[in-house]
Amino acid sequence: MIEIREITKAYDGLRAVDEVSMTIKSGEIVAVVGTSGSGKTTLLRMINRLVEPTSGAILIDGRDNRDLPGHELRRAIGYAIQGYGLFPHRTVAENIATVPKLLGWDRKRIDARVDELLALFHLEPAQFRARMPHELSGGQQQRIGVARALAAEPAVLLMDEPFGALDPIIRGKAQDDLIDIQRRFATTIVLVTHGIEEAIRLGDRIAVMDKGKLLQFATPAEIIAHPATDFVAELVGSDERAFRMLSLTPVSDLMEPGEAPGAPIDASASLKDALSEALWSGRRALPVLRDGAIVGRVTRDSLISRAGRPQ
Amino acid sequence: MNMGVLLRLALLLLLVAFLANPQAFEPLFAPFAANGAAAIYTQSSLLSLTVSHLSMVAAATIAATVVSVGLAILVTRPSGREFLPLSRSVANIGQTFPPVAVLALAVPVFGFGPIPTLIALFLYGLLPIFENALTGLASIPPSVQEAARGVGMTDTQRLLRVELPLALPIILTGIRLTAVISLSTATIGSTVAAKTLGEVIIAGLISNNTAFVLQGGLLVALLALFIHEGFGLLEGALTRRTRSVQPA
Ligand SMILES: Nc1ncnc2c1ncn2[C@@H]1O[C@H](COP(=O)(O)OP(=O)(O)OP(=O)(O)O)[C@@H](O)[C@H]1O
Ligand SMILES: [Mg+2]
Repeated sequence: MIEIREITKAYDGLRAVDEVSMTIKSGEIVAVVGTSGSGKTTLLRMINRLVEPTSGAILIDGRDNRDLPGHELRRAIGYAIQGYGLFPHRTVAENIATVPKLLGWDRKRIDARVDELLALFHLEPAQFRARMPHELSGGQQQRIGVARALAAEPAVLLMDEPFGALDPIIRGKAQDDLIDIQRRFATTIVLVTHGIEEAIRLGDRIAVMDKGKLLQFATPAEIIAHPATDFVAELVGSDERAFRMLSLTPVSDLMEPGEAPGAPIDASASLKDALSEALWSGRRALPVLRDGAIVGRVTRDSLISRAGRPQ
Repeated sequence: MNMGVLLRLALLLLLVAFLANPQAFEPLFAPFAANGAAAIYTQSSLLSLTVSHLSMVAAATIAATVVSVGLAILVTRPSGREFLPLSRSVANIGQTFPPVAVLALAVPVFGFGPIPTLIALFLYGLLPIFENALTGLASIPPSVQEAARGVGMTDTQRLLRVELPLALPIILTGIRLTAVISLSTATIGSTVAAKTLGEVIIAGLISNNTAFVLQGGLLVALLALFIHEGFGLLEGALTRRTRSVQPA
């Protein structure tokens, strides 16, 4: 659990982060969104003390993050950044092994961990271990950056626009990977992003920042349905709210018994995909497929009524 | 490419052979010798002069490296930034002040012998290494710096594991420049009784013996060539390994 208590960072009297308080639960993904210069990076970097706050405190699992020397704190917290910052003079394996080495793990344990992480990120260990960073594609560099951040099994992972430079398809895969890994290790993740789309997709909760202040901190559904301010409403995009709402829920939630003609839709697809398909193919209902069998249907009317603001 | 390698190898063999047995090359230099004088310098052994010459260059270059890199590290730390202009001036003065003048000033203090030459070489060698070390340390990508802090390296670990290794190829270029310049500058040391190959050249000048001037000059030139090449190979190997990463 990360408790952020009235944290403020001022540069020359200007508040980059202005009395932000929020509590991040263990094992959740919090997405921090906001316009450029709203203080997202500064907030994130105060958690691992790359930036020292002007006032306020941050507690990680009940301990003030100033209890430990900065470098020791940072070894216990994963940190992945835009641009990845791989060490150009070190191999992929050496890059990933950075923190375990600083922590003094033995050789065998480090090697095993490196191979485990490479495999986890779909990179064949034998093929990638000895490569230099300049021999990797952007997407591969990004994965190595996250693997390095996760190497010492940190309970907390901080990510600053980690997918910013990836093309949409690779970004989608990287986001899926992140969700997988988060489920597997129950890592607490604080992720800064420019895109509300990404925040809705990844965040259990979303923190919206503007001019250093935290405007709203709530679940995606809550933020879409009840934006706290005009700024939040604009950020969420009021004209797309209905579809954003639908994109949050899988088809299985709205499935009912019955039959329907035509090609089926997967139970794990989003309601947004289902409505889109129903409209496009002109059908009043779609069969729902789970594990290769038709298990029910979802109707266009139920989809449309679900797109409205929750009461 | 292959021709180049062969040529260098041949030159190297020639150099070694000449130092091992200068008399064997007597017929080559004889045409340049002044009427009937010796064609090969025998006052001191050419090998011992070469060794002494190289030792002085090495000592001065190592000292200049330690001081310049140390200074560059100091002024690129947050606490030492204010010393940057001062260090720049010192290094610049070292380079612009003529080595001959340094000798003239140092001899009254330290007397004849190797010390004044070492001082002159040291001062003259500071600037190239300092400027290159500064460039190398300053050109490390911000994302790499940020990552080094983010993974929890201490200041010392960052310097030793990230900054210096990444700056090394550029620092080596500076050391190479200094070594090559020192190699030719060291010849003037023999005017103040330092044991260098300059002795051969000056002996040739005094006795009007072109053969001496030639063998002294050629020896220095060949040594400079091989030092240049050696550093070049090292830098090349390092740069290939550390070519910096372009984020996608
Ligand atoms: N070291 C610094 N010195 C002075 N001002 C700073 C410093 N770091 C950040 N700021 C200022 O603090 C404000 C917030 O910066 P921050 O980097 O946190 O924004 P951000 O939300 O991450 O923006 P972006 O989305 O562009 O990355 C900006 O106005 C920035 O100029
Ligand atoms: Mg930022």
